[in-house]
Amino acid sequence: MQTSQLAFYFFSIILIVAASRVITSKNPVHAAMFLVLAFFTAACLWITLGAEFLAIALVLVYVGAVMVLFIFVVMMLDINREKERRRYRNWLLPVLIIAGVMVAEMFFVLGEQNLGIDSTPYPIFNDPNYSNTKELGRLIYTEYVYAFEIAAVILLVAIVAAIALTLRVRNNKRANDVADQVSTSSTGRIRMLSDLNDDIDANKRKDL
Amino acid sequence: MVPLQNYLILGAILFSLSVVGIVLNRNNIIILLMAIELMLLSVNMNFVAFSFFLGDPAGQIFVFFVLTVAAAEAAIGLAILVVLFRNTRSIDVDDIQTLKG
Repeated sequence: MQTSQLAFYFFSIILIVAASRVITSKNPVHAAMFLVLAFFTAACLWITLGAEFLAIALVLVYVGAVMVLFIFVVMMLDINREKERRRYRNWLLPVLIIAGVMVAEMFFVLGEQNLGIDSTPYPIFNDPNYSNTKELGRLIYTEYVYAFEIAAVILLVAIVAAIALTLRVRNNKRANDVADQVSTSSTGRIRMLSDLNDDIDANKRKDL
Repeated sequence: MVPLQNYLILGAILFSLSVVGIVLNRNNIIILLMAIELMLLSVNMNFVAFSFFLGDPAGQIFVFFVLTVAAAEAAIGLAILVVLFRNTRSIDVDDIQTLKG
């Protein structure tokens, strides 16, 4: 067995075990940790497929950002452990049959005769200066530049939506209302007491 | 040399596992979102494998955009989850039935 085959089967087994632990673990933190392992292993597989930039992006974006967000939310929510025990065991058999049929269909469709090594041969690389990141960057900023802009807008929308959804405006907060402070005028603040002084003077005069 | 077929079957197995996960974990939306992420990962695996074997970097560009949209989806999904938990004190899918659909 060649080294590339050995690496593929090694990473595949880790990936499948991690994925099955994600969907079967009772504790969401364990599930998140196994999902991190799955993403990391997938990144290793992508490196063997020559997609270095995407592999590193997967580790940075998913393991570094999205999974931290997941774990943050898991730890922030106080999930009731008693209700968590209730699982859908009676659904297990039909769904396993469906999943098994899906994989079996894929085996038939993606058979050796259709997508085996003969019909799609292993690509030959003879350019030692080929850079995956450079090639992707060239394509993104030339051919796919509009799609790239739209992706940026989607991320902006996600930022605004996430903040707008989770922002909680309290009614009883004690904070300065700057607009109210600036728009005030002297008539609203100062009450001249000259009339009162006149009254006091009048009372003194009466006493005398 | 690993043929293309093996990568595609690996993607199919991952996809089926996440379908099973979505059905089994309906009492926990967080794990359900994780299963969706896993599903996107299996699709990306197919894209990268085809991109490598056909020598076309367009597949990798597509994976790049899928990663972007998936990150946005995770952020908004978790925000909705936090709002939902604030209102119902539960993250069970069966408790989300106020629309009576």
